[in-house]
Amino acid sequence: MDPAVSLEKVTCTFAAKSGEGHYTAVKDVDLAIAGGEFVSVVGPTGCGKSTLLNVAAGLLRPSSGAVKIHGEPLAGINRRAGYMFQAESLMPWRSALANVTAGLEFRGEEAASARAKAEGWLERVGLAGFGDRYPHQLSGGMRKRVSLAQMLILDPQILLMDEPFSALDVQTRQLMENELLELWSADRKSVIFITHDLEEAISLSDRVVVLSAGPATRPIGEYVIDLPRPRDVSEIRLTPRFIELHDRIWHAMKGEVLKGYAQTRNRTSG
Amino acid sequence: MKRRLWFWQALLLAAIFGLWHVATAPDLLPPIVWDNPDRAAFFFGEPLKMFVVIRDWFVSGEIYPHLWVTLQETALAFVIGSLLGLAIGLWLGLTPFASMLLDPYIKAANAMPRVVLAPIFMVWFGLGIWSKVALGVTLVFFIVFFNVYQGVKEVSPVVLSNATMLGASRRQLLRHVYLPSATSWVFSSLHTSVGMAFVGAVVGEYLGSARGVGYLIHMAEGAFDINTVFAGILVLTVFALVLDFAVSAAEKRLLVWRPVQGETEPQL
Repeated sequence: MDPAVSLEKVTCTFAAKSGEGHYTAVKDVDLAIAGGEFVSVVGPTGCGKSTLLNVAAGLLRPSSGAVKIHGEPLAGINRRAGYMFQAESLMPWRSALANVTAGLEFRGEEAASARAKAEGWLERVGLAGFGDRYPHQLSGGMRKRVSLAQMLILDPQILLMDEPFSALDVQTRQLMENELLELWSADRKSVIFITHDLEEAISLSDRVVVLSAGPATRPIGEYVIDLPRPRDVSEIRLTPRFIELHDRIWHAMKGEVLKGYAQTRNRTSG
Repeated sequence: MKRRLWFWQALLLAAIFGLWHVATAPDLLPPIVWDNPDRAAFFFGEPLKMFVVIRDWFVSGEIYPHLWVTLQETALAFVIGSLLGLAIGLWLGLTPFASMLLDPYIKAANAMPRVVLAPIFMVWFGLGIWSKVALGVTLVFFIVFFNVYQGVKEVSPVVLSNATMLGASRRQLLRHVYLPSATSWVFSSLHTSVGMAFVGAVVGEYLGSARGVGYLIHMAEGAFDINTVFAGILVLTVFALVLDFAVSAAEKRLLVWRPVQGETEPQL
């Protein structure tokens, strides 16, 4: 069976901001996500994790290499994928409900049925009765729930998530992670989850991919997470197996994190 | 607190009119600047006589057609100028080549004092309302245009990418992302652009017309009737204040989705 998403020798080179020269964000990346698999990609900050996700989404064309979705080469926007962004992505002039219906509206679905579906989804993410609020009237966690509903209502086969919960406080974050796992386990979509938080990666995923520090980021290790499901993200962190996995992956990552940190420091001080 | 403020504000207004009256009424005070006691009233008018003029205008109903004409000119200039500014701002904001090509011309057109166009508009559109509307449009257009242009440039790339991932076509992006975002910028310039439409209407009337409050002021000035000039100015000021209130009310209704400073956010 073809993997849901496969990146083959993907390289992304950008023109440097200063004008001269190039900057290679990711180089020769091979990554395959099977149908129904939850894969986390971790790496030091600024290593090009988001670039990979944008490539998989079709928002960014790789300089070289191929992207295949269920075996077919990707051309243009990846219509089978839903994308959850790190930054605020809701349309501020639309109410929560109208934000959730947006995707259906773009696909030409009738207003009444779109509305009914959206209300169902708002309820599933715990926001029943908040439909007429505008994004600025919601807390950060509530806005993320709206984003989640906005993405899931279109029933995408692939979920691309770019540090979706990184702006939330720890408690809200663990709540959201548990809810995500619950929603995911209902129909097992393929997930690429980008994060810089190793604990988050391990507690959510079937597999963790570790990236090297940039530039020319590439995967330097893959770890199968054999923790039992269903999981509770805050409880599973206390199990011996979790700690063992965390130790192993952290050991591999540490060098890269330090490298990445040194680079950022040089960049800002130079 | 608010009531007390109102009280002091009203008192200040009364004091200004009182001072004006005392300083201009003939023979009330001994002459200081001029020997002729009627001279101050000639230059500065007399508030009591001015109020009589205003009362007569409203009692006889003579003022209404003039106010109506000025209101029409203001409204038309605002609507046409805003629509043009919105359309061209969106177009140039989304077409980098056209915006680079036209950039110096837009800067030049904006720098030009556009009131000098008034005589040309009179030749083109006659002495009726359309020459005033045209003048107002040239004033309103640039305010709205620059706001929309900026608004399009500053649409959040994340919101755009998100809408794209949700399946929006290029046309849907325009309709559901660029347009609402640009419209919010139009509304943020609403007070200035309505004010400019009003300026265009009154200046146009003043320079040549047969109707409107600006015309009334112009005629009174020709007859050295300073009280009527001040009456016209006062009516225009009150009219502008009413317009401003209307704009604030419209803004409040239309921009509910905008965050208000200090508004609390419910936590979950």
